[in-house]
Amino acid sequence: MVTLGDYLIVSGILFTIGFAGVMVRRNIIIILMALELMLNAANLSLVAFSRFHVDPSGAPNYNSQVFVFFVITVAAAEVAVGLAIVVALFRLRQTTHVEDITSLKF
Amino acid sequence: MMLVFGVAVVINRNPVASALSLVVSFLALAALFMSLDAYFIGIIQVLVYAGAIMVLFLFIIMLLDLRAEELRKINWVASAGGLAVALALMVQIFAVIGRFSLAKQTFPSLARSTSDDVHRIGLLLFDNYNLPFQIIGVVILVATIGAVMLSRRETR
Repeated sequence: MVTLGDYLIVSGILFTIGFAGVMVRRNIIIILMALELMLNAANLSLVAFSRFHVDPSGAPNYNSQVFVFFVITVAAAEVAVGLAIVVALFRLRQTTHVEDITSLKF
Repeated sequence: MMLVFGVAVVINRNPVASALSLVVSFLALAALFMSLDAYFIGIIQVLVYAGAIMVLFLFIIMLLDLRAEELRKINWVASAGGLAVALALMVQIFAVIGRFSLAKQTFPSLARSTSDDVHRIGLLLFDNYNLPFQIIGVVILVATIGAVMLSRRETR
């Protein structure tokens, strides 16, 4: 039987993969994708808890599913703005490599 | 399978291959949502993530014409440091879950298998969460205008 912990462990591994991607990769677009992975890991654990917390009438707790809906919406907005910034940056510098963008470095 | 493709996202050198493995990973995640009886969230996941967001990513990758990164010297020290931090995080997550007594319980059964969760989520969304819903609408509007402003070519 599948337990709550199984879903939480999968969610944790997914979050770690996304985190490792943000730390290791040096391409801005890949970093954005790894951020998406991390958001999805959080969504997975939210949905798992929603299914786990069944109220007396026998329905899952829909509050967290509404929250997942909000997270997905904000992630979509964030990706739109982030990719627009990447395009503007690419026009300016012809690169998407974070180590080439060090103007703010002291 | 989701985890395998999630790893593929991070280790692929070619951004297009990386984005396509992200699509597969999201589809597998949608299947996991369905297995948790969250059909609405699963469908939204397929439509918004695997559909819209990934098309946006692929479009930008093709627009910028990114080829596989020329074999740049990998900064091994930084990579090893990043991996070490990530591994430490994973160990901590496992320790917390291992201590969490509820995590060993199986899921309680639902009252009925037929799902009207779109109805229920819609009621909740327009009832309890009406103000956040409107704020989200404004956020999306601002993001759209911001994206257009940022990607507009300078004209003067």
